[in-house]
Parts: sequence; C-alpha cells; structure tokens
Amino acid sequence: MSRLDLSVTICGVLLKNPFVLASGILGTGAAILERVARSGAGAVTAKSYGPGPRAGYPNPTVLDWGSGLINAVGLPNPGVEVGVGELLETKERLRPLGVPLIASFFADTVKGYGEVARTIAQAGPDLLEINISCPNVEDEFGQPFAADPRAAAQVTLEVKRATSLPAIVKLSPNVADIKAIARAVEQAGADAISAINTLGPGMVIDIEAGRPILAHRVGGISGPAIRPIAVRCVYDICSAVSIPVIGIGGVLRGQDAVEMIMAGASAVGIGSAVYYRGPGVFKRLEVELSTYMEAHGYARLADFRGVALEG
Amino acid sequence: MDTPGWRISGGSPLRDRLPRVATVARVIPETSKVTTFVLDAAIKARPGQFLMVWLPGVNEKPFSIVCPDPLTITVANVGNFTAALHRLVPGERLWYRGALGRGFRLSGRDILLVAGGYGAAPLHFLALAARDSGMAVRVALGARAQEDLLFPGRFAGLGCRVWTCTEDGSFGESGLVTDLLQSLADQHRPGSVYACGPQAMLQAVAGICEARGIPYQVSMERYMRCGMGLCGSCAVAGRRVCRDGPVFSRLPPGS
Repeated sequence: MSRLDLSVTICGVLLKNPFVLASGILGTGAAILERVARSGAGAVTAKSYGPGPRAGYPNPTVLDWGSGLINAVGLPNPGVEVGVGELLETKERLRPLGVPLIASFFADTVKGYGEVARTIAQAGPDLLEINISCPNVEDEFGQPFAADPRAAAQVTLEVKRATSLPAIVKLSPNVADIKAIARAVEQAGADAISAINTLGPGMVIDIEAGRPILAHRVGGISGPAIRPIAVRCVYDICSAVSIPVIGIGGVLRGQDAVEMIMAGASAVGIGSAVYYRGPGVFKRLEVELSTYMEAHGYARLADFRGVALEG
Repeated sequence: MDTPGWRISGGSPLRDRLPRVATVARVIPETSKVTTFVLDAAIKARPGQFLMVWLPGVNEKPFSIVCPDPLTITVANVGNFTAALHRLVPGERLWYRGALGRGFRLSGRDILLVAGGYGAAPLHFLALAARDSGMAVRVALGARAQEDLLFPGRFAGLGCRVWTCTEDGSFGESGLVTDLLQSLADQHRPGSVYACGPQAMLQAVAGICEARGIPYQVSMERYMRCGMGLCGSCAVAGRRVCRDGPVFSRLPPGS
C-alpha cells in the first residue's frame, strides 16, 4: 500500500486522500471536526453559516427511510459572526494534522453571499464552499440559486469579488440541465464544483398518523438511493467544465468512490456514510480504495480519473 | 451492500428506522410533575439506551427507556412537548424510534446506582437487568425536594437497597446525592458505579470514583436533533451523546 498515492490537490490545496466530510454532517464544532480529521478524512467541511443565527426546524429532522435518509434540519447555525470564531478554532486544531478546512456558507440574496463570504474569509479556511443548493435556501422567486444559471453565476461572481480564497460552488441535482449551471459558475470564476446536494425534496408519510413525518414535511434525500443520480450529475458536470469536481452522493464504500472518480471527480464527499458505517468510515474507505487500486495496478487517482468519460 | 467485512453500525438499506406507533396502555403518576407511560409495545434494548418519541405535529425528543417490556418511559412536565405527552390518556398513541445510543455495560457483583432527579429513569432499567443477573444493587437517589424524588418505591420493589437525600432536607438525608455517594463508596466499595443526572453531578461522581479507583459509567443528557449521530447537535468535546453515548465510561474531557 505504501507505493499508492491517494493524494489530490484541489485549487492548490493538498488533500492526503480524496475523502471530504460533506457539509452538514457533524460539522458543528471544532472538537468534532478535529475528531473527523483524526479519523482519516482528507478534508472536512464545517456546517453552513448564514448571515444571522437560525434555529433550524423542529424535530423530526432526519430519518432513515430504508434505502436512504431524508432530512430537513433547516440550516441551524449561530450566524457567520460567531461562525468565524468557531472556524478559527477549528483551523487551529486542524493545522497540525495537515487536514484542510472547507467553510460552507449561504445567504438569501446575491449581495448577502458576498457579505458572508467576506466575513467568513477572516477565519482563514483553506477553501470556501458556496451553498447555493440547500433546499432551504431560496431566492425571492422561491427557487434555490442553484436552479438558475444566471443566479448561480451572479452569486459566484459576488463571492469571487469579495474574497481571494478559492471557492467551490455546491450544485443541486434538482435542475433540468446541470451542465448549464456548471458552465455558468465556471465562467463566473468558480474554482471548483461540489455536487450533488440532496435530491428532492422528498416526503415520507407515516401511515398510522396520516401525515408527513418530518416537521418541515419535505426534506432532501441522501444516502445509497441517490448514488446513481449523483454519479450521472458528476459525469455530466465533468464533461462540461474543466475545474475540479468534488463528487458527493451516496458514497458508502471505497468502490463507490472509484465510481465517482471514474465519472471525473477529483475528490469524494462523505455524508450519510457516517451514519451507515460510523465516523471510522474514513479509514475504511481508504483501505477499500487502496485495495481496489492495488488490484488494478493503479498508483495514483489520476490513473483512472474520468476514464468513464472517455468511452 | 453485502460487502464482506461490513459492520453496519447504522441502518440497513433493507430496513427503515422510521418511527413505530404504540398505544398508551397505562398512565402512572409518579410525582406532581412526573408521569410514567406504559405502552403496548416491547423492544430489544440495553439499559441506558433511549427512544426518540414523536408526537405528530408537536415535536420529537429523546427519553430514557425505563423498561423495555412493556416499553415504558417516564416524563417530567417541563415544556411544550412534555406537556403534550402528559395529556395522553390510555388508548391514545405515540411514536418512537429506537432503541438508540450506547447503553450501560453491566459488570461487578455489587453495584451502586446514583441518580440525580430525573436521572433515575435509565437507572431503573439498569436495576431491572442487574437484578435479573443476580447482582446486589444499591441505589442513591437525590433530588431538590421530596416532590422531585423519582422511583424510591420502584427501586425498593426490585429488591435494591435505597438511600435517599434531598437538597432541602424534605425527605431522606439533607444534602447532595454526591455526598451520599462519597459515604456509600467508602462504606461498601461497590464494584461499579452507574450515574445519571445533571452535568455538575456527573462531574462530581467522576471525581469521587476516580479518586477511589472505582470504575464508573455515566449517562449524559443533551439537546438532540437527529438522534442518529449525523447532525452534531449533541456533540460534547467531540463525542456524539446520541451515538457515542449517552453512556460514557469516562466523562468526555472538557465536557
């Protein structure tokens, strides 16, 4: 295994392996992010911060419906002003571990994205992730910014004007043409793309209660059920743009990560897998990915990245 | 999904973990503020594990399992959700997910349970299991006042030796349950101590047990959202109370 190189560099930031803790999973504080980093993640994403404090939705907020998860947590966060302090502490703890920190954020207006970006940049994260695709973040027309190429590009431009940090734009699968969105944010200056955010929204109804179980009624679908859609989105995006892509969606095993990388992903987001396999999942993914690479004579991720695009 | 060597620590794609419905079979008043609900359900659970109890249209919150069969929870009326639970009468329904979390590990022939206030709830299940495996069980119960003292009769009924204290001296000895623990620990040298209660009490329990070299486990209470180890809402010093706990064999440092 020692001759294998699992590292990847995204926007000049070195990840010792391609596995990135996805936003919204465990990212609530410095101590838990440090734990994830120590358990073998290549990079970690903190929970999304917005312009002001948000309580989030009442429970139930997350459910295991059998083939995946559904969630409507509602972006609870203390607001970016408090967030900067939390991110600074996190960055401090991650630095000696050599694990990069990705700061995710959202806002409700284009201008707001620029303002939050400017504030959050003070914490000195390695990368920014612009969350334009959470089903809970909508523009004045009731659509997430990720649903419209123009809106997605405007947000990207605004953030790139506000800070010099490399910016990842997180896209939604719930669009007619994800390639158009990807091209728009690339042209607007996005340094990378992460995809996909949750699918849906979906709904699970309790047939005894006769009502939706989530307090918010609808929520985003994640987990194994969405993997084929995530892989297709990553494939489409990688065929349309040349910036790096973090492939996210239902990756539970090293083999699933191989699939994402073959679709063109440079790195792979890990979310629901923390539920299915525990926080120790990062070490196991690394072993499974290494085993696959050894068996196939691959020494580096670049040896098979995007091979599915060539066929 | 059947990859060899997989230890599924979460759910299974073949089986959902959605809320299950249960009917309230019996409602037992415990104190002026606390009521026990016996459900017409039974589950497999370990002492110390908890349920996420859902009332449609109200909320979903964690509760210790007081007994797995028949499934029983004990609820203090402290807010909107618990007030709604208290309005339930036999024949009405509630929903639950679980058993969730990591429970107590039983060890030693002779154990001491230490409960602060409503912390008695999970320890009742532990006392049941300990009695069934033939252990000698001592219980130290503490509360602010007599009306907050939970389960003195239930523990005695299980054959436990029970000591009680209240902060205002209205029942049992006057003082903190950790004072009681100190004297019981020195007198009886329990093989293990199991505690549940407020954070300050658990910290004191940890200190007393560590000073005497007595192994201990504590059950922590925290605000919880997903209950599945994903959202991070209940994280304390990097540990997820819902999934790494609620029972810890050491208090997480810095908690």
